[in-house]
Amino acid sequence: MAKFYVNGEAIQFNAAPDTPLLWAIRDHIGLTGTKFGCGMAQCGACTVHVNGEATRSCVTPVSAIEGKRVNTIEGLPDSPVTKAVRAAWLDKDVVQCGYCQPGQIMSATALLAKNPKPTDEQIDEAMSGNLCRCGTYQRIRDAVKTASASLGTKK
Amino acid sequence: MNRRDFLKSSTALSGALVIGFYLPAGGRAFAQAPAKMVYPPNAFLRIAKDNTVTVVVKHLEFGQGVQTSLPMLVCEELECDWTKVKTELAGSNPVYGNVFMGGFQITGGSSSVANSFDQMRLVGAQARTMLIQAAATQWKVKPETLKAENGFVVGGGKKASFGSLADAAMKLPLPEGVKLKEPGQWKLVGKPTRRLDAPDKVDGKTVFGIDVKRPNLHTAVVMHAPVFGAQVKSFNADKVKAIPGVTHVIEITSGVAVLGKGYWAAKTGRDALEIEWDIPPESATLSTERLRADYRAEAKKPNGAVVKAAANADALKGAAKTIVAEYEFPFLAHAAMEPLNCTVEAREGSAEIWAGTQMPSVDQAAAAKVLGLQPAQVKINTMTTGGGFGRRANPNSDWIVDACEIAKAAKVPVKLVWSREDDIRGGYYRPMYVHRAEIGLDAQGNILGWNLDIVGQSILAGTPFESMMVKGGVDATSVEGTADTKYEIPNLAVKLHTVALPVPALWWRSVGHTHTAYVMETLIDEVAAASKQDPVEFRRKLLAKDAKFLAVLNLAAEKSGWGSALPPGRARGVAIVESFGTVCAQVAEVSLENGAPKVHRVTAAIDCGTVVNPLTVEAQVQSAIAYGLGAALYSELTLKQGGVVQSNFHDYRVLRLSDMPRVAVHVVPSGNKPSGVGEPGTPPIAPAVANALAALTGKRARVLPFANEKWA
Repeated sequence: MAKFYVNGEAIQFNAAPDTPLLWAIRDHIGLTGTKFGCGMAQCGACTVHVNGEATRSCVTPVSAIEGKRVNTIEGLPDSPVTKAVRAAWLDKDVVQCGYCQPGQIMSATALLAKNPKPTDEQIDEAMSGNLCRCGTYQRIRDAVKTASASLGTKK
Repeated sequence: MNRRDFLKSSTALSGALVIGFYLPAGGRAFAQAPAKMVYPPNAFLRIAKDNTVTVVVKHLEFGQGVQTSLPMLVCEELECDWTKVKTELAGSNPVYGNVFMGGFQITGGSSSVANSFDQMRLVGAQARTMLIQAAATQWKVKPETLKAENGFVVGGGKKASFGSLADAAMKLPLPEGVKLKEPGQWKLVGKPTRRLDAPDKVDGKTVFGIDVKRPNLHTAVVMHAPVFGAQVKSFNADKVKAIPGVTHVIEITSGVAVLGKGYWAAKTGRDALEIEWDIPPESATLSTERLRADYRAEAKKPNGAVVKAAANADALKGAAKTIVAEYEFPFLAHAAMEPLNCTVEAREGSAEIWAGTQMPSVDQAAAAKVLGLQPAQVKINTMTTGGGFGRRANPNSDWIVDACEIAKAAKVPVKLVWSREDDIRGGYYRPMYVHRAEIGLDAQGNILGWNLDIVGQSILAGTPFESMMVKGGVDATSVEGTADTKYEIPNLAVKLHTVALPVPALWWRSVGHTHTAYVMETLIDEVAAASKQDPVEFRRKLLAKDAKFLAVLNLAAEKSGWGSALPPGRARGVAIVESFGTVCAQVAEVSLENGAPKVHRVTAAIDCGTVVNPLTVEAQVQSAIAYGLGAALYSELTLKQGGVVQSNFHDYRVLRLSDMPRVAVHVVPSGNKPSGVGEPGTPPIAPAVANALAALTGKRARVLPFANEKWA
């Protein structure tokens, strides 16, 4: 049995310990904002924060997160970074089908929480693990920069 | 939902004005309209007491923005408050038929906005007229003295909300002869409008098909044959049943399904399955290597079906120079982000389905057949969908049929979920094609003749669309963009060699143009280069009689700075393609980085008729370019011993953010009706990049993707 926290709530997980965190979140806890895209850490749709780090939940067994704090798209902290990213995503009208966007936003918030002023190269590096088949990449880049700029002005 | 259910649920919405309307088929892609179309008059619009307006969106929302653009059309005429507009996706019902497609309910062919343009505006205008009439009756004034404004009817010092008038308005007959606004009067159409579905998608609240929750729901995964055309011979499920959480193992037509409480249990169960397959001999020897040789040999044979014959069949004989070019295009998977899934509850005498589908009525009929029901007994809940690109418009309804077979046998509610491996290996691909061209030029570089042979599978053979779109052995989707080119090419001859394979084929964003545009546009470039003519200038000459093409080409050239100096190591290439009624030109700026092509900028110009939402047009062109560029640079599926070598995004590469060029989209202003937007941006990108790479390196990529070429 694994114990961990999802969006602040203590979870006792009784199914197979090799169950990926993704399926614990989706099928057992019932939070469906975290998406299944590839099952092998190639697309980033399943990105969550584990102790604040962007993590591909589809290849992270629950046995590896014992005692750790998991945040999903539904449980992002009510922080300036979260607000800035959400506002920028809406301002730039980023989403199309929207399926990959929770993962994109988890990667973007993890990046900006650590590095509020990323360079273009750092944005590319942090965001290139998240596939978007609608090709919203240009607006994603613009939105990360917009969020970054708004974080700067508030300091 | 059957018609009776539809009426029941609609009339249950007391206090809501509901209105529906149908335009006769415009008949662009499909000639004939169904004989009789009588529909419940309440399909597209509901106005609630609190003045919210719910627009029922008749097309699948899978990224292309119809959940915003269709409501914009309604709202423009209705004069409601845009901030109070809500949407829901329509289920399967003939009233939601595609006006351009004989009333078939299809989201495809880049037709969603185009076919809805008049229809949705008229829905809004009729509703507005009824609301004004209701107020006029109530206030005992002439309707001409009143007007609708931001969700209210106003006039003579009085004001009433649409919501307060909806009950009375609903009882009025549908007005006839309602006039639509002139474009100059539009307040919303043509204005950049942010997406209505964005907030929920940003917050992770949108429920996609894969997110559906139902009581006692079991997740199913299917082990399909590893080889196309193979069938289950026998299987051993002993190890599967020992896995905790596995509930059922069921043989279905396409393979063996494993059900469990949750995906991981089902998937773990599937991994433990032992299946012996019956592999037909012709499948066992199927390989890309063999097809490559077969297709290239076939392309040289004289026996292709004639798509277009040359006026002078001997035109090439006196050529001073002949260009011979053979092209190869690989199988491509759609690889939408949301893996295929379908939830089914089969009950006594009825069933309910939750799925993201581009052809709900086709799927409804297929489901009914499997479940032993009438189509009207099967309710389809159309779910917001994580991409499709054609994969969710399958005339065979493959994944819907699988889910229904499983639900019928298991007698429990089932959600079928495909893995990415299932998606990459599961067939229904953009087929492999080989083109062979022979072009004869005179000493001045003028074209004397142009022979083109195309070899590949038919997408439509064996589907209900065959009778409409396959004529004289020619599948229109295999050859579109060749014989009908707008270039003035003397003695153009096109032949099609149709090949039958056990690999299922399907349309993939922009369909035939995915390969034909590449061939036509790279060859036009090569012909220009043969006589040292500028590629834009050369195209202008061959397109001199087509004002629409010229305007698009000139805009792309101007905005890209065509002809201006570039830094060393960079080059530009151009391509212009008409598809889905829209002309799109693109100029790509490329270099080589670590020996591989890098696309820095793309300048796109487009004439798609009237623009309903400029933000959507920009987004769709960016999207189409990203989709086409990823395929051109990286994507291919290869066959070995009848199966697919690739399995997931690590070996079926698609575009990543770091590969994305800066895309600028410029629109040629037009007063014409809207034409396609979702697909027309895809065909030009591969040839524009190839032409830029040829300008840079002198190499002309004949075999896609470009990753197969040694560039440095």
